[in-house]
Amino acid sequence: MRTLQIDKVIQEIIQYYGKSREHLLPILQEIVSQKGYLTEEIIRSIAEEMNMSPNEIYSVATFYSFINIKPAGKYVIRICKTISCDLAGKDEIIKALEKELRIKIGSTTDDRKFTLETTNCIGMCDQGPAMLINDALYSGLDLKKAVKIIREYKNK
Amino acid sequence: MERKRILSRDYKIGNAITEALSCNRTNIIEQIKDSGLKGKCRTDFSTGIKWELAANLPGNNKYVICNADEGEPGTFKSRILLQNHIETLIEGMIIAGYAINSNNGIIYLRAEYRWMLKDLIKKVDKLREKDFLGKNILGKNFDFDIEFRLNAGAYICGEETSLIESLEGKRGEPRNKPPYPTEKGYLDCPTIINNVETFCYVPYIINEGIEEFKKTSNTKLFSVSGDCERADIYEIDLNTKIIDLLGLIGAKDTKSVLIGGTSGIVISEKDFDKPINYKGLPAGSSIIVFNNSRNMRKILKNFMEFFVEESCGHCTPCREGNIKLLEAIEKINKGDSIPDKYIQTLLELAEIMKMSSKCSLGRSSANSFINFYKIEYRDYIYGN
Repeated sequence: MRTLQIDKVIQEIIQYYGKSREHLLPILQEIVSQKGYLTEEIIRSIAEEMNMSPNEIYSVATFYSFINIKPAGKYVIRICKTISCDLAGKDEIIKALEKELRIKIGSTTDDRKFTLETTNCIGMCDQGPAMLINDALYSGLDLKKAVKIIREYKNK
Repeated sequence: MERKRILSRDYKIGNAITEALSCNRTNIIEQIKDSGLKGKCRTDFSTGIKWELAANLPGNNKYVICNADEGEPGTFKSRILLQNHIETLIEGMIIAGYAINSNNGIIYLRAEYRWMLKDLIKKVDKLREKDFLGKNILGKNFDFDIEFRLNAGAYICGEETSLIESLEGKRGEPRNKPPYPTEKGYLDCPTIINNVETFCYVPYIINEGIEEFKKTSNTKLFSVSGDCERADIYEIDLNTKIIDLLGLIGAKDTKSVLIGGTSGIVISEKDFDKPINYKGLPAGSSIIVFNNSRNMRKILKNFMEFFVEESCGHCTPCREGNIKLLEAIEKINKGDSIPDKYIQTLLELAEIMKMSSKCSLGRSSANSFINFYKIEYRDYIYGN
């Protein structure tokens, strides 16, 4: 088998957490937060480093909705769509952000800056509508506030 | 309204640890058993017995895991406890560690709460500085420390065996039980898993005593949200009348109240003068309020979409059944005519899901369908 040229960043991440199986999820999470998503090459590299099959890693990665395996924007926006945020008006927020970013829910802007997604309950039911942008939380949204937040990210 | 046990009691960090470390292990477990403290999830299992099972096994290669992976729609109590009462939680975990003879604590936090992680780590570091964590805690011959581990966006990992699979770097699919985690849990070691709320009660029991704890045992912590002015967590006496609760939370023009999460009981206006638990108490701990502008069929659709996405796909009745139930609701919502026989088949399917799903996800979603059907669809379908 051809030996892969393994990305140094990935090697370092695996080194940091350790090569045994129970560290797989933190490793995948860290790689996603640095690289945005897992490519086939990345999955193969992890497999080689950790002495696992790439299939196995792929099957774990695809189980978890926060582990991206498709190209994602620099900022992943996840709007909560579950009941309390729904009652609080999440549909309006989604429409406003679709208009602001000129993309539909589930897609990424051409400049690869934003991915717009819905997600299940994020536990902000007392302060809906709410969304996450990467690891940052925004709750108690209204249309104005939501658009303002996105515009701030555009300028980052 | 009783809000005493966790939310607003005078609390001095460390008192319970000091007291616990001066007792022997068996004594702590006896206290927790006698207090009647139970798990806050669906199984309602005695916390003391759970600890005893793990404690009885030899060695100290054991784990104390806090399940901070609440994902049930409408539930946010763990979030508020983590934000405001993490010291109480950690104290509960340390006492658990001492009681079962374990040095390792893990807080399994949902990825959706990653935004609070930095702050939590800071608070835990402070406890370590104060000698409540680490080696030889408070000068005693007992080591215990805590690490945070993150889920990555899978509701099912709130189920304890899925949680363990996830910690081990696998797909979060539930395991067959037995063996139970107390015997063979994380990395095959004896493991106790309790949720945030359960650990938070432990210092109270140790400090105030069993009798004091029992006095307030008729209260339960609820996450309240939906159509009301003061959504929050409340420690509510179960004898409280629903109408009084609605007043307390500032709910107006209320059509119905869903008590106990997605698979809970839907109570409509004619029963608002009854106490919260008059139909028994479902396992979930959320209360969601709907006003008269809401369409209950849309709400059920929202729930079923949730279950379809979050089913881990392991058991066929849950994976396929949820899709069938969602299809049916979509048909009904579209106004298609629905033959009686179709509804009967769906209800049968729901019963099969309850019977044959390995974990509570398949059971919850089926219950959710049945409960909503009872109050809403009957009227709707038969037009009365």
